[in-house]
Amino acid sequence: MVQAAFFAGAIGAIAGAIGVVALRNPFYSVLALVVHLVALAGLFLLLYAQFVAAAQVVVYAGAVMVLYVFVAAYVGAVEEPIWEPIPGQRFLAPLLAAAIFVELSIAILGTGLSALDSEGPTVPLGFGSPAAIGTLLLERFLVVFEAASMLLLVAAVGAVVLAGRRRVASEPGGSGVEDEHAVGGIP
Amino acid sequence: MDVTWYLVLSALLFAIGAGGVLIRRSPLVILLCLELMLNAGNLALVAFARDRGDQDGQVFALIVMVVAACEVVVGLGLIVAMFRRRLPLNVDEMRDLHG
Repeated sequence: MVQAAFFAGAIGAIAGAIGVVALRNPFYSVLALVVHLVALAGLFLLLYAQFVAAAQVVVYAGAVMVLYVFVAAYVGAVEEPIWEPIPGQRFLAPLLAAAIFVELSIAILGTGLSALDSEGPTVPLGFGSPAAIGTLLLERFLVVFEAASMLLLVAAVGAVVLAGRRRVASEPGGSGVEDEHAVGGIP
Repeated sequence: MDVTWYLVLSALLFAIGAGGVLIRRSPLVILLCLELMLNAGNLALVAFARDRGDQDGQVFALIVMVVAACEVVVGLGLIVAMFRRRLPLNVDEMRDLHG
């Protein structure tokens, strides 16, 4: 039963990942990433990480992917040129990716950590539950928690600065209310 | 299932993401491939948390998700700014940093 669930999740995750890389339209790539994230949330559930799985679905597959969908729809389908700056890049890149996989697998399979060949210790009831993770976040990792909130605030302000409307010199009609919000040192 | 299976799966997902960064040219798809790599790292963290019987790895995975959200916000802001300024959405043509 656990095996079937693991392989279903693994196949979903791998198919989603390959879809992200292989699909030509960025919009479909985003949808493939949603499939990947949901499959990964299932794997997290198998690893007794209920809260991480829920956060994965709600925050990642929900909120972040909506952002991606909006930007993909805003930018539209961009045709990618076939021109290669490095000769043979299309054949070299998968080879290098396969080399990374082989190297990581050798490191994982050849490790001295004997506990990796087991299912892990028996965990107490409530392992990975929202209560347990919340207690950890607010007691042991309080500084990390606050730093994460600061990081999110800085990123939100930075995104507004980066994508905010700014003065367009060549457009005579462009000097409206938008100029009041011209931000940053970028003309 | 042995924890090794999860780790090998996370290595495979990381390799797919890295290959995507090498192959694709569109900055939007490169961001998506970065997400793939971050999520592979998350899977390894949660698998190790299961292996150790310790929840610290899960907290680490949550923080990685926060950092990934920040990276998405800034990256998508950059892409929207590039699109507004009619710059080519192709990482090979974005060679210089001057405004």
